[in-house]
Amino acid sequence: MGEVKNSTSKKGLGIVFFLAGFVGALILGWVVFPNLLYSSKTQPVTFLHSSHEDSSCEDCHYFRDDGSYSGVPGVAKCAECHEEPMTESEDERILVEEYIQQEREIPWLVYAWQPDNVYFSHAAHTEEQGIECVRCHRDVSAEEKMPVYKENRITGYSKNTMKMVECEKCHAEKGASNSCHICHK
Amino acid sequence: MVIDLDKCTGCGACAVACQQENNVSFRPDESDKLRTIAWMTLYRLDNGKDYPEHREAMLPRPCMQCDSPHHSPCTFVCPVNATVRDEHTGIVDHIAVRCIGCRYCMVACPYHARSFNWWDPKWPKTMEAMLSPEVSPRMRGVVEKCTFCHHRLNRARDRARINGEDPDGVVYTPACAEACPTGAITFGNLRDPHSDVARLAKDPRAFRILEKLHTEPKVYYLSSDQWIHKQSDNDLS
Repeated sequence: MGEVKNSTSKKGLGIVFFLAGFVGALILGWVVFPNLLYSSKTQPVTFLHSSHEDSSCEDCHYFRDDGSYSGVPGVAKCAECHEEPMTESEDERILVEEYIQQEREIPWLVYAWQPDNVYFSHAAHTEEQGIECVRCHRDVSAEEKMPVYKENRITGYSKNTMKMVECEKCHAEKGASNSCHICHK
Repeated sequence: MVIDLDKCTGCGACAVACQQENNVSFRPDESDKLRTIAWMTLYRLDNGKDYPEHREAMLPRPCMQCDSPHHSPCTFVCPVNATVRDEHTGIVDHIAVRCIGCRYCMVACPYHARSFNWWDPKWPKTMEAMLSPEVSPRMRGVVEKCTFCHHRLNRARDRARINGEDPDGVVYTPACAEACPTGAITFGNLRDPHSDVARLAKDPRAFRILEKLHTEPKVYYLSSDQWIHKQSDNDLS
């Protein structure tokens, strides 16, 4: 009997060690490694979409006549309203004094930035075609502060950069072409 | 694409326009032609006879975008699917970021239409601002070739979408055809029987290079000189 009892307690101890190691490995893989892999960066200026609800989305993000997309507006667009500070906010003071008055572009960190070899056509992915902006971009309508920009230390890409496999999957599901030249340039 | 050799003067504007359009890099000394990168280049032909029968012609050579059934020579040998033919447009795509630089495709291509990047691309400082954002530069260790300016196709498709037209019905002009001062290069959809290229491809002057290899090039040449027709086969029988 004593021998049997001894072996069960050994087994119990084994399970405890296994679980401890397993949990340790999970923490390493899910928490420690991602934190090591991505560096956190903050935007040069805090911009809140929720503070700009008097303008429509298309005022800043619009299609040009040649089918290209304006993307993130330049500082000239900001200057249309913010030639002089409109509020007491510190961020607005930075915008006006350091960028608009010096005619410098703001080095925005673009969350959905794609590498140079990718050609993405916004004209082919519009709401009329059933693709909402939030399918790929974050929902900015009620945002109270800008999310931290996570940059992959190895590749230099944003953590939110869409992976090729996601593009391919959706193209396959919707019956769109998956030829190389559709997305690569 | 149809290239009229009777109209071609051999000026090389197509090759220069291509190099500019597609960010093809070059070195200060380009005398070693085995290391040169050229998507569009000119071959010099002569009929091998002495004066007064001596004749010469220049032959512009882009990628032939071979239409042979199942595979093009290059797509057949690529071990990593970096070069694949799109059956919808017929363009033979080559994606540099997937290329491992084994250069099988360069060996397989009977037209020498592919070049290898032996060095990282470099441009003179003053030229860097002239690079095209439409075409991504390639890196050292990969192969590159003519794309039929597919970035222009994508732009034309976007324009059509915004204007509510059918993106599959667009026509566009690659840089070489646009630059040709004599209008020797005609570009269009070969599958559309009413297009200029489809009509010219049936011209009695039309021929293709190394037709007997059955690579089915999508680039046709026009010439009224029989000796040029004869050289296009390179004495294959």
